[in-house]
Amino acid sequence: MAHYSKASHVGSCLSIAEILYTLYFRILRVDPGNPNLANRDIFILSKGHGSAALYATLAERGFYPKAYLDKYYIDGGLLPGHLDKEAVPGVEVSSGSLGHGLSIGIGMAIARRTALDSGRVFVLLGDGECNEGSVWEAAMLAGTLKLENLTAIVDFNKLQSFGKTNEVIDQRNMAARWAAFGWDAHDVEGHDVAALEQVFSAPQQGPKMIVAHTVKGKSVSFMEDRLEWHYKSPNDEQYVQAIKELEGKK
Amino acid sequence: MRNTFVDCLIKRARYDDRIFLITPDVGFSVLERFADEFPDRYLNVGIAEQNAVGVAAGLALSGKRPYVYSMVPFVTMRCFEQVRVDVAYMKTNVVLAGIGGGLTYGPAGATHHAIEDIAIMRALPNMTICAPGDPIEARALMEQSFDHDGPIYIRLGRNGEPAIHGPDVKIEIGSSVKIADGDDLALITTGNTLELASRVIQAMQDRGRKATLISMPTIKPFDCDVIISLLDRGMPIVTLEEHTVIGGLGSAVAEIIAEYGKGVKFRRIGLPDEYSHTVGSQEYLRNHFGLNLERILEIIGGI
Repeated sequence: MAHYSKASHVGSCLSIAEILYTLYFRILRVDPGNPNLANRDIFILSKGHGSAALYATLAERGFYPKAYLDKYYIDGGLLPGHLDKEAVPGVEVSSGSLGHGLSIGIGMAIARRTALDSGRVFVLLGDGECNEGSVWEAAMLAGTLKLENLTAIVDFNKLQSFGKTNEVIDQRNMAARWAAFGWDAHDVEGHDVAALEQVFSAPQQGPKMIVAHTVKGKSVSFMEDRLEWHYKSPNDEQYVQAIKELEGKK
Repeated sequence: MRNTFVDCLIKRARYDDRIFLITPDVGFSVLERFADEFPDRYLNVGIAEQNAVGVAAGLALSGKRPYVYSMVPFVTMRCFEQVRVDVAYMKTNVVLAGIGGGLTYGPAGATHHAIEDIAIMRALPNMTICAPGDPIEARALMEQSFDHDGPIYIRLGRNGEPAIHGPDVKIEIGSSVKIADGDDLALITTGNTLELASRVIQAMQDRGRKATLISMPTIKPFDCDVIISLLDRGMPIVTLEEHTVIGGLGSAVAEIIAEYGKGVKFRRIGLPDEYSHTVGSQEYLRNHFGLNLERILEIIGGI
């Protein structure tokens, strides 16, 4: 998708691939045939620049034809670079400006709790996104309200748009920070599907925070842990090489 | 108006369980009645306006009808980007209820004044903007807000505004209300200058001039038709608002006049393009900025 449309944020997408796979194929109660199913689980991609990864996951899960993926980030396309919930079924919340998704997730979790709806709400944030003050406004409230139907994940890939995450704003104690705000915080290897599934499924006291330790550009040797892959789009040669490496890993 | 707001909300919440009230720690002596009666649907999120609006959007996306209540600057500007993305862009059924339109909070200072809110909110696609001028307008707009499709910003005053309309007046979102009719001049006003405008019309009448008085309880969508009908009658038009003359009611009227092609004499009366560094009550500041009967009659006399 990113190669075809010359789009950016490839590294940001590869760091969350296993998280999205685990959620959509192992955890979330969703029905692609009925995207508005009552009591469904909600997933919010608050780091909206990872849109391509979500579009691909939703297509794979059957929310819409895979042919839609060719309509990403192009003139007259269907799928914008940052999420628009009007674009395709399965996208619950529009995003792209950082620091919005967790607050919206709290509102959804409150609505479900008040209605005795068993649906869970999941919000995926970027590590750089945690620089936004609004994230911590939301973190404080969710802890206070002890929202047991809310789970947030931080994609802790240690790179943000213009520097190394812990050099821009030191967040090495990421899980401890969330725990201090009343979250049931866990560190997990963010590319390990079994470990992710286990932590998503574990019972929780209050809101759950999963600090997913990930690698930006995961599984493509020349992209891994490289800041430039927040911006670059693979050329023809890089695309072939990347696909070869990704398929080789499977 | 604050009490009208909460009265309407309580009455509705008794049979409509979609109603939620969210406050970023504002509402002492006003919101307690709602909080006591509906503890599960009242939420003080703390002094965190961005989160208040985001949480409201999440509730609305789940089929609820959340009302976010705070002072105008904090429910519009402090959280503007949440209003833009989570409320306007996603067209969620969130009502932003701002108290203290214009110079209501007088001596509290410019941080608490609301002089540029209408201009800012008018620029947002999908946003409906209401500025009731008396408790009757406030009640009618509140009652319509419960079934409105899309977000609303409602700019409220404080408490104790006099009723200007009679009980039988018809007030609808998107429509103006004609209070007086005359050919000499049309005075158009919105929100908390309605009472002042009605005094202007009375004073003109006392001097033998018959003027039209239009109240604009909705600024967006704007009642263009009423402006065009005034232009067709060829009468001078004056706008009056407790907001800067940039981007508010006066600008909305000017845009219609400019494009219609039938020029009339026109004046915008409002606050100047400056922040107040003067200390004083709403009335004191109105006098300071020339938003009083004498000065308005003087301007009108010169038209």
